[in-house]
Amino acid sequence: MPLHPTITESIQHPDWTQDQVFTNELRQQMIKFATLQLSDQHLAEDAVQDALVGALKNQQTFTRQAALKTWVFAILKHKIVDLLRSRSRLVSSSSLQINDDEDHLIEVWDQPFNSRGHWHLSEQPTPWQQPADSLAMDQFWLTFETCLNALPAQYSKAYMMREFVGLTTQEICLQTNTSENRLNVLLYRARMKLRNCLQENWFDKGA
Amino acid sequence: MLNCKTITKLLSVAQDRKLNLAEKIRLKLHTTMCSACRAFDKQLQELQGFSNNFINEKHTPKD
Repeated sequence: MPLHPTITESIQHPDWTQDQVFTNELRQQMIKFATLQLSDQHLAEDAVQDALVGALKNQQTFTRQAALKTWVFAILKHKIVDLLRSRSRLVSSSSLQINDDEDHLIEVWDQPFNSRGHWHLSEQPTPWQQPADSLAMDQFWLTFETCLNALPAQYSKAYMMREFVGLTTQEICLQTNTSENRLNVLLYRARMKLRNCLQENWFDKGA
Repeated sequence: MLNCKTITKLLSVAQDRKLNLAEKIRLKLHTTMCSACRAFDKQLQELQGFSNNFINEKHTPKD
């Protein structure tokens, strides 16, 4: 017996708005992302609301949740870039400052090098081997997220503005009233920490 | 010749802007001889790739 047309329709174009777990989780991830970028909870919630309303209007075109998610995050990213570029109010100038005490600590970015600035033998980078199967990749993305969350807030903010929102370093310097040298330091440290975290928690484990 | 630590900083900057000729030459002189820094360079590029894919990939349900 052929399926009733509306049933077929709902299988082909399921209504994701009915999936509370999915929409709640998506919303939380979006707010977290937007808040970090905008340093303003209310502005972030507004941007997420706009992005969700716009995306869910067209949600029936998406037959997979993954595609819908990619789409709403793309809309959200555009909104964030617009807000960052247009708003006259600068992010508080202290938001990307490094605590000076931190500069004296021997940290991840110093550890791999000896006093002459060469790699310690045991710390020399070797090529990363990435698993091909998707189940392992799911675990990889969880590890990646954990490493990202472990970054100090100002490193994470600089890194996300650069790599996730896709602003240029000049734009970030302008938005956050940070010198280019300072930003280079922040991005370098963020990358060193992320690299180290992935090395220890993923690649060294031969996962 | 620049040491590895300085080279890693230069490699990070190279992710964000085009290097000038002098920087490129110094980088090339070093990485030609240093496999660790070559591997580090590759890892930085992979890191950028992971970041670009992160939002699209994480927690996406399977078909």
